[in-house]
Parts: sequence; C-alpha cells; structure tokens
Amino acid sequence: MNVVTPIERSAKDFATDQDVRWCPGCGDYAILKAMQNALAALNADPANTVFVSGIGCAARFPYYVATYGFHTIHGRAPAVATGVKLANPDLDVWVVGGDGDMLSIGGNHLIHALRRNVDLNILMFNNEIYGLTKGQYSPTSRVGTKSPSTPKGSVDAPLHAASLALGAGARFVARSIDRMQKHLPDVFKRAHAHTGASFVEIFQNCIVYNDGVFDDFAEKNAIPDHTIALEHGQPMTFGADRHKGLVLNMKTLALDIVTIGQNGVTESDILIHDEANKTLATLLAQMESPAMPVALGVLYCDPALAYDDAISKDRINSEMQPHGTMNDLLRCGHTWTVE
Amino acid sequence: MSSTATQPRDPNQDLRESLESAVVRFAGDSGDGMQLTGGRFTQATALAGNDLSTFPDFPAEIRAPVGTTYGVSSFQINFGARVIRTAGDAVDMLVAMNPAALTVELDKLKRGGVVALDTGAFNERSLRKAGFDDDPLESGLLDPYRVIAIDMTKLTMDAVADSGISKKEGQRCKNMWALGFVSWMFARDLRPTIDWLSGKFKDKPSIAEANIAALKAGHAFAETAEMPDGISGFSIGAASIAPGLYRTVTGSEAMAWGLATAGQLAKTPIMFGSYPITPASPLLHVLAGLKAQGVTTFQAEDEIAAVCAAIGASYAGSIGVTSSSGPGIALKTEAIGLAISTELPLVIVNSQRAGPSTGLPTKTEQSDLYQAVYGRNADSPLCVIASRSPGDCFEVAIEAVRIAVTYMTPVMVLTDGYIANAAEPWLIPDMNDIEPIIIKKRTDPKGFHPFVRDPGTLARAWAVPGTPGLEHRIGGIEKGYSNGHISYDPANHQKMTDARHDKINGIAKSYAPQKPEAGLENGTLAVVGWGSTYGPISRAVANCLDEGHAVSHIHLRYIWPLAKNLDDLLSGFDRVLVPEMNTGQLRTLLRAELLVDAIGLNKVEGQPFKIAEIEAAIKKHCER
Repeated sequence: MNVVTPIERSAKDFATDQDVRWCPGCGDYAILKAMQNALAALNADPANTVFVSGIGCAARFPYYVATYGFHTIHGRAPAVATGVKLANPDLDVWVVGGDGDMLSIGGNHLIHALRRNVDLNILMFNNEIYGLTKGQYSPTSRVGTKSPSTPKGSVDAPLHAASLALGAGARFVARSIDRMQKHLPDVFKRAHAHTGASFVEIFQNCIVYNDGVFDDFAEKNAIPDHTIALEHGQPMTFGADRHKGLVLNMKTLALDIVTIGQNGVTESDILIHDEANKTLATLLAQMESPAMPVALGVLYCDPALAYDDAISKDRINSEMQPHGTMNDLLRCGHTWTVE
Repeated sequence: MSSTATQPRDPNQDLRESLESAVVRFAGDSGDGMQLTGGRFTQATALAGNDLSTFPDFPAEIRAPVGTTYGVSSFQINFGARVIRTAGDAVDMLVAMNPAALTVELDKLKRGGVVALDTGAFNERSLRKAGFDDDPLESGLLDPYRVIAIDMTKLTMDAVADSGISKKEGQRCKNMWALGFVSWMFARDLRPTIDWLSGKFKDKPSIAEANIAALKAGHAFAETAEMPDGISGFSIGAASIAPGLYRTVTGSEAMAWGLATAGQLAKTPIMFGSYPITPASPLLHVLAGLKAQGVTTFQAEDEIAAVCAAIGASYAGSIGVTSSSGPGIALKTEAIGLAISTELPLVIVNSQRAGPSTGLPTKTEQSDLYQAVYGRNADSPLCVIASRSPGDCFEVAIEAVRIAVTYMTPVMVLTDGYIANAAEPWLIPDMNDIEPIIIKKRTDPKGFHPFVRDPGTLARAWAVPGTPGLEHRIGGIEKGYSNGHISYDPANHQKMTDARHDKINGIAKSYAPQKPEAGLENGTLAVVGWGSTYGPISRAVANCLDEGHAVSHIHLRYIWPLAKNLDDLLSGFDRVLVPEMNTGQLRTLLRAELLVDAIGLNKVEGQPFKIAEIEAAIKKHCER
C-alpha cells in the first residue's frame, strides 16, 4: 500500500504569477487573501479545485488563484459551474460574482442553482454598485443612490441577497465582511464543508465608486455594536462587551434588541442561534443597520441531497440496467428484417 | 420484438387496385389522436415491407377548441413499392374526422382520390364552425372525389359497448376505428397495433380492450361493407430495400441515438443541457432515457443556462451538447461566443422552425442558416453541418461530435421541424463499423499552456480540471497566443483571430470531396440543396434525368466551411439552382464565397417543397 504524505500548502501556493488588477485599496484584495488562507487551511488540492466566475470586478478572481479557473460571461457562472459539477461531481467548485452579476443579469441562474442544491460554493461580493462599468447603481443599491445612471438618486427598492437566497431554497446562507480576516476564512471553510449549494454574501467596499457605503456597520469601530457574529447553539449577543442580545417579540413576530441587566433581562432570555431553523434565519437575514445589527456568520445550514449527487446516483442505477451499448439499444423494441 | 417483413394473407388480394405508392393523410381535431393513429399506421406499413416517409403536421395549440379549423391536426404518410423520398405531393386517401379537417385538407386530395368521413361528427354546429354554408356531402363539393361517408362515431360506440368504459372514453376510440378501416384498405396487418395497444394500456385492460375492439370493428366494416364507387381496397407490393435489420426512426430519435453513439465511440460521457422548445424538445425526451448509455441530461432554467451548463461540462471533460430552435439559439449566442473564444468542444443542435420571433412553432423552415454561419458578435467562426433526413441525423450527430472534439470548437447542427418529427425505415447501423472518435486530453505538464496548439488541426489542448500540474485559468478575454494569459496586445489579437479562422477553415481538409447525389459532375443545371429539401430535390432530379435533362443534384452536409472542391464542381454547370425553405440564404452564401451566380427557388409556407414545384423549376432552367 502506498502511503501518501499530505502536502502542506501555504496561502502563497494559491497565488498566481499574474499581476492583480483591482484598484488599490479595493475590498477584493482582502477577500482574495482570505480565500488563499482558507484554501491553505483546508489543504485544498489545486488540481481538484475550480473557480468559476461571471463578469465584473469580482469575476476577475479566478485569474489570481492558482487552481483551475474559468472566467465566463456576465451572470452565467452558476450555470457553467452546474455543468462542471454534472461532468465531474468530485471537483471542488467555487463560484464568484458581484451583486450585478449574481442578482441582476444572473439572478435567474443564482436562484435555480440554489433551489436545485448543486454542490457549489457561491460567493457574492456585494458592493452595491457596478464597478467595472464605472459606477452605475446596482440591484442592491439603496434608494437614493446617486450614480451616473441615477444622477438624482435611484428610486427603486434594492434586493436583499440573503433573503432572496433563503426564498430560493438555499440550504446554506452565510455572511461576512471583506475586512474581517479571521471571520471570513472561517465562513469560507464552513461553506466548503457544506454539501449542496452554499451561498455567501460578502460586504465588499468599492473604494472608487461607493466608498464607505457599509461604514455604518462594517467600519472597524462599528462592527461590535452594529453586527452580530452568529454561532450555532450560542445566545445571540453582541456589542463590545456582548451585553446586548436578540429576543423574539411575540406581538410583532420580529426580533428585538434587549440589554442584559436592564428591565430584568438575563442571558437566559436571549435567543439561541439554531442554524437549522429557517424561520429564524429569515428573521436574521432581514435585520438591517442602523435599527438592527447586521447578522454575520452562518445564518442557515440545513443540508439536503445535492443535485449532482442525486444525478450521479441516478446514473449509477441506470448503468445497472441492460442495454448499455448503443448497439444493443438500437436493436431493442420494434425491429424487422428485410431479406 | 423483431419480425420478418411480409404481407399478411389477404383473401381480397385479387380484387384490390394495385398501386406503386400511395399517400394517406389522417386529419382530425387535435384531441382526436391523429398523430398516434399515423404513427401506428407507419409501423404496420414498415412491417409490410414498404419504403415510407411521414409528415406530422399539427397546430401549436395543444387542444384548440373542438371543431375549429385552426385545431386540425394531420399526419401524412407516403409509402410504396419503390424508394420513397418525400411525404408526397398530393394525397390519395384523406381520412377526415370532422368538417374542419375536411375543409382544411381537401385541397391536398387528388381529383379522384378517396375521402373517408366520419358523418357522426357532421352536424349543423360543426359544419358552421368549419365555415360550411351547405352540407358538403350534398353540395357537390365532393363530386371530384370518391367519398366514403360512415358514421364512425356510432360504429365505434357500438364496438366498445361491452368494454365497460365511459362514453367519453368510448368516443376516444374512434381513431382506432378509422385506423382499422384504413388498415383494411391497404391490407395492413393489425397485429402490431394490437400488441402495441395491449402494452400501452396494460394497467387499464378495459381501455386496451375497447381500442382493440374499435380497431377490429373498423377493419371488419371495411372488409364486409359495400363500398361506393367500386372501391375494393388497394395493394402495394414490398419495396426493394437493402437487406438487414430495420426500425422506423424519427429525426429526433436518430439525432439522440447518434449523439449517444458518438459518446460511446469517444469513450466520453455526453452532457446535454436543454430547455423545452418546439420542435426541439423530443431530442431532450429521447436523450433523457439514455442514462445507461452514458448521457446525462439537464433541463435548465433557460436557454442560456442550458448552453452554459454544456460548456461547463465540456470544460470539465464531458462532451457538452445543447439544443433548441431558432429563438432559443439566439439566446445562447453569447455563450457560444465564449465556447469559440475558450476553444471548447460543443455541439449545438438547431431544430429550425418558421420565424421570425415565435413565427410558426410547429411548421418547418430552413431560415437559420445565416444565424448559424454569421449570427454572432465579432469574428466568431464555428463549424455548421446539416442533416438531410431523419436517418441522416444519426451520422450527422456523430460527425458533429467528431469535429467538435478534434478541433476544440462549437459545431452547429442544423435540422428542422420536418426532419425532427418525420419517420422513415432505417437500416440499423453497427457501431463496430463506425470509426472510433479519438480524444487526446492533455496530461503532460511539460511545455503546457492552455492555448498550445496541435500543428495539424490547430486545436488547443483539452486540459481538464482534476489533472495535476495543468492548473490554468481561461475565459472570454483574449488570450496570449504563446502563453494563454490575458492579453490586450493588438498584434496578439490579430494572431488569435487568424488562428481561430484558420482552424475552422482547416476542418474542410477532413471532408470527403463533394460529389453529386445524382447526375454527372457537369451539365446544364446543378441543383444545390441542404437539409430537408433532400427528399423532393432528389425525386425531382431523378424524374428530370429520366426525361433526359442534363441536371445534377448536389446536396451539402457541410455549410461552414464549405467543401474545398465545391467551387470546381459548380463551375462544371451552366447554371446553379438553390431550392430552399427560406428567402435565399445558402444562395447568398454561395454567391459570397464562390462568386457563383446561383438562382433561388424559395418557399416559406411552413410546408416542405412538393416534387412538382422543384421539377418545374428544373425544367424551366434547363430549357431556357
């Protein structure tokens, strides 16, 4: 028996020889670094790892990761990646795109990849703007966003990515922030560990066209009080000294913020996070700054049979049927001989 | 089930009118089961040893309101003791299940032809719906024809009375009554249909019993009833057909089986991504049943996802295939450009239909040739090949896969609604006689980059994820010729554009030289066709050759690139005639590429050419 010695890899081993061409200070650099760290920590096999992307700033990601990579066309990465998994379910496939790519032109493919539960790790870099086309408002831009295409401010309501993903039937929904260099690789590792479609929304700062749009909760000093880092089985507390927590308001069926030690509230009153509770995940996904802390980490994780696994099973069962060769098949059914 | 083709014993043989071939058209409401009736008659006719060709002609609506002219669904079959090329110019026997079918189809019936009517469906209301002011049975409208007017509805209900089924279920058996009747008229054996009904309704024995009772009753009625106008049935001898094992095949079946066979010849799985669209969907249906033969099917959320999944599968080492009809191909266009740019194998099957836009979804046309050859942004060449008949789809599918994997390119296969749905007897090929498809996937990291090219074919290396040492990144951005990295260098773009162009043009080196199907390599007139016009052109040219005209039939499988010797071949003729079911697309291409002053014969009526139409054009251009 051959003893295979596992190869230890470092983050550097996942960097390519290509110059990274994002704007200096772009949040994408941080996400790339977090991914290279996560791949190293996972000791991922570069030969077996594929990054598939659409079009946009985020979609350049595959060029900078030393694995297999396919930079496809605008919005279609989930569909291309589905084909990759159908051809070879053993590959580790990551899908990368921005909010325009995934929610606007590619919205249809995203929801169907999620509801089919194809075993893909889908990363959506949300910067609430179109970067590569020079700053138009995007489907996640807040009402009033001024941009070259909305000089007086946008008037249409934005999409909420995590709510959409849950509504589409995603079995894994998580969130993080580009600058959270400890949190983000852990979220990537969780997405990787999940079999089926994993959806990760990453709040990413576009330094040129939408700088600081998430500062109300993603700025370094705002994070403790304006986000909540979820942990399965743990009370949902937040704040610098974790003295605030979430409870369910039975009258409104919504989450409320309470302060431990005030009005008789104790830690035992705080809701416990349950990743498999979709109702809770839906409430968490809807929390918006500044009224509520933005939920980060794994909002929802409840695995089910992945599409590509179901197809593989079906294929294996079929292979046990007779008439495997076309020669046999063509001679089945109604035939006749001319002499 | 295999049987030997023989005529059933027929006591009426001597009295029957002997014909070399006959055209029968079944017509009724879209809910009357005319397609099924035609299909069963086709099977019995194939078993009787005739050559045949069929033409299912049905509306886009699934169940249009009963009795309306736009709800008429028809199935035409031409069969004979000779080689059959088309579904027939004119109908010898029309079966009309209601007044609407009669009014829609009567002009296709030859003068003196037989029309069989279900008088049970003729009443004041149905006549009015069909637009008849007077009862056609009395108005003299049918005087030029031999009329068999029977209350098929009542006779069917009488026949199924003991089956214990509902009135509605009973009425649905009248197509089997009509089939039994027509089967006697042409001395077709009922056995294959009885076996089929028993199998189809094996969980509903009373329905099977009722249908079989109706079938037999129709047959017995024809045998015993006094027929008007001295009709005593027809006899058609067995055709002289090459010996071997046969089955009937539609274009969709042959295409699906060809793709699956190609996968087995290449020892590589087929991944078929598709989205339902008329008339392409049957290909998805047949392939969905071929998992055990190495085919994975994926019904995508839209046309774009279907082609993208096929491209993803090719990228990961399967043979990606997608299919649609013109409007769906339009949606796939950007992704096809990606496959051209990343030089991945891809087969795109276009079952053409009449357009533009939704057009006539169930009617045939050949008007997507420009779309296939030219219809993309930028200089985006790919290979285009066309199938000429249902059986030919098998070979064309294999050829498409062979080209796609040999040259690392998308290949567009043009078929059409007529070929997809039409059936013909098919000599079952032996896979062992077909050349294997050799796929050389790259495994050696030495000197590798993703766009390193084979010096012969100019195909790039197929380096599949999962292969250690070949990790690389590709995409739709222009690649460096010498390293595969992103390149915005102007000279490099010229070089890559030229390389893509030269690669596709080089495919023509693999073709056998183009030869005429019939006639000499020079003469007065070359009739150049492509696709499903093969049938009517070949019969028309054969007829004109018999009459001594210096005409040849040249039929193109390879639309892009064209065969290298086509220029020389056409220069041997005084004139070139191009019959097409479009406004002149191949004609324009031949003019552009070969500077040949081709003449068009064009028709876009959603119906195949009649032999007579092409024959008239040939004579006009031979004699001028």
